[in-house]
Amino acid sequence: MRRLGPFVFEPRLSPPRYIVFGVSVLAVVVALLAAAPVFLGYGQNPWQAYAAIGRGIFGSWPSFSEVLRRAIPLILCGVGLTLAFRAQFWNIGAEGQLLAGAVAATGVALFLRVPEGLRLPLMFLFGFLAGAFWGLIPALLRVKLGVNDVISTLMLNYVMAYIVEWLVHGPWKGPTMRGFAYTDAFPLAARLSFLPATRVHWVTLVLGVVMAVLIALLLARTRLGYEIRVVGQNPDAARYAGINFTVVLSLVMILSGGLAGLAGVGEVAGIHWRLRSPSHISMNYGYTAIIVAWLARGNPLAAIFTALLFGLFFAAGDYMKTTLGLPFQITGVFNGLILFFLIGFDLLMFWRVRLARKEGAWISQAGS
Amino acid sequence: MDFASWLISTVSRALAFGVPLLWGTLGEIYAERAGVVNLGVEGMMILGAFMAFAVSQSTGHPGLGLFCAALIGGVAALLHAFVTVTIRANQYVSGLALSMFGLGLAGLLGRGWEGKPLGNTLPTLTIPGLSRIPVLGPMLFQDQTILTYLGIFLAVVLWLLLFRTRWGLAIRSVGENPSTADSLGINVTLVRYLCVFFGGLLAGVGGGYLSVAYRPAWTEGMTAGMGWIVIALTIFAAWDPLQALWGAFFFGALYHLSYRLQAYLAPELLKLMPYLFAIVVLAISGLGGARWRRRAPGALGLPYVRGER
Repeated sequence: MRRLGPFVFEPRLSPPRYIVFGVSVLAVVVALLAAAPVFLGYGQNPWQAYAAIGRGIFGSWPSFSEVLRRAIPLILCGVGLTLAFRAQFWNIGAEGQLLAGAVAATGVALFLRVPEGLRLPLMFLFGFLAGAFWGLIPALLRVKLGVNDVISTLMLNYVMAYIVEWLVHGPWKGPTMRGFAYTDAFPLAARLSFLPATRVHWVTLVLGVVMAVLIALLLARTRLGYEIRVVGQNPDAARYAGINFTVVLSLVMILSGGLAGLAGVGEVAGIHWRLRSPSHISMNYGYTAIIVAWLARGNPLAAIFTALLFGLFFAAGDYMKTTLGLPFQITGVFNGLILFFLIGFDLLMFWRVRLARKEGAWISQAGS
Repeated sequence: MDFASWLISTVSRALAFGVPLLWGTLGEIYAERAGVVNLGVEGMMILGAFMAFAVSQSTGHPGLGLFCAALIGGVAALLHAFVTVTIRANQYVSGLALSMFGLGLAGLLGRGWEGKPLGNTLPTLTIPGLSRIPVLGPMLFQDQTILTYLGIFLAVVLWLLLFRTRWGLAIRSVGENPSTADSLGINVTLVRYLCVFFGGLLAGVGGGYLSVAYRPAWTEGMTAGMGWIVIALTIFAAWDPLQALWGAFFFGALYHLSYRLQAYLAPELLKLMPYLFAIVVLAISGLGGARWRRRAPGALGLPYVRGER
């Protein structure tokens, strides 16, 4: 308990849902306000810019569908990260796990001899496995050797990005692609179909939503989910209860990395139809998914909606670039700001503000 | 090329490439010794790199550029300090936010400066007398900038400050056990703010070095993950400024070799080497087991609330 002027701040252990929601909305709104000077710097009125973006994106189904398209990888990565964060495993590596999935999918699409009907399912399967493998490494490193998970997952992002660069410049460079660092284009059987009049590869979208539901059920209804939550909330109790950290964290990261891997499959099979430089395949989806998961407060179902919100920001970034002539980097600034305000405003969630009653009334309590 | 001249140039370049890592790591060691993890090093370094380039290019003074780089690194670090020390928010997330913000902002501000070479770079020194010693002279006393020697000097001074003075004791006790430090009359909040700010200053200089000396130009994302290597080096150095020297120059050598060995291996595979080694190095120190981990400051990553426990 602390006093500030006429106000008393009381700690609140578990804030009610409407407060959590309200504070999260507030953080996003304040970040939008804080980003306003950037528009002024480019000689644009921020309110007119925001309004133009809103009209541009919500004006028609094809332009709105871009929000969905951008949200697909964010849903898959974001849901995976909620799981990892619930276990207090700092998976900052969704970016690399996504690329691992893209690599595996490309391998299946271009080089594996399978019946055409099996090609896409196998791409998703191997994409999941590749992402899972890339996620499992830091889990084992942490459990067995105490390697910091933030560092190992981040470093593996760079390692995988350079592996992709190497593949598209070297062994997998498409003979028909001449000067470009691309693989050959995927055969038709390895491409995902779109919703009409859009670029929304709906199979991946459905997969993302289904995965969100499954992960939510896993967390809430299963023994493994319970163990994950204990490991995250009270590692000492988990150790005391004999929960096997190696098994729990390995499974968490297999799922978390695997989901990011699926996102990578969706990007190459649904958007690019080839493997190309990592910055084109993932526009920092893996890093943005950290904010998606954080804003969702570790709830996989909420991550669907926060992913849609960030899909909107990405679509807004595209719109700003093409129509308003503003640089896409604004989205990066904006993402950082949102994350800052989100954790900054947590304070509001866990403290209840009241008017102080009498002067002395609280002193005795404060001392106890 | 014979072995001697190969060795000379490798050591000389390892020193030069290690400088940004050394400055960043020394700063992060101080922040973490006071109990605050700052994952924003990448963001502070890239802001420093942009600032140093922009100021040097406009004024013609790389020294002034580095000064401004330090300032912007420090200001960015104060943001982190406010969020983690005053608001007591999660240090990991705040640091990540700072890195995202810094990378985005530097990319945004730097759009007009992209790809132009710097007119006035930081001069390299040839130390009279010493540079004429055979082998050692060209290895250590030629073609280095002042920041190489200043960084080594700083490592020694910071080690002395940390382990041989009352101030150092105060910093370490704040990182080890803030409530005890508080009860002894040490201002925990002030110490943490100062250490995080100091870390930001050094990270800013490290980033500035990249754009005014190491590769005198501005490109978006030119820090390329060096800030994260710094975090790994801090652990690898066991939070000891003198050990940071070896770590930084070892990784400097790795960065250099990733250019040097391109005749033998694909450049992309060489470039991933420092990142892979960062994991390997931490895994090796993990083999040292609990002994190594015990060296971490006891209250690292934990916000301090007076009166709790």
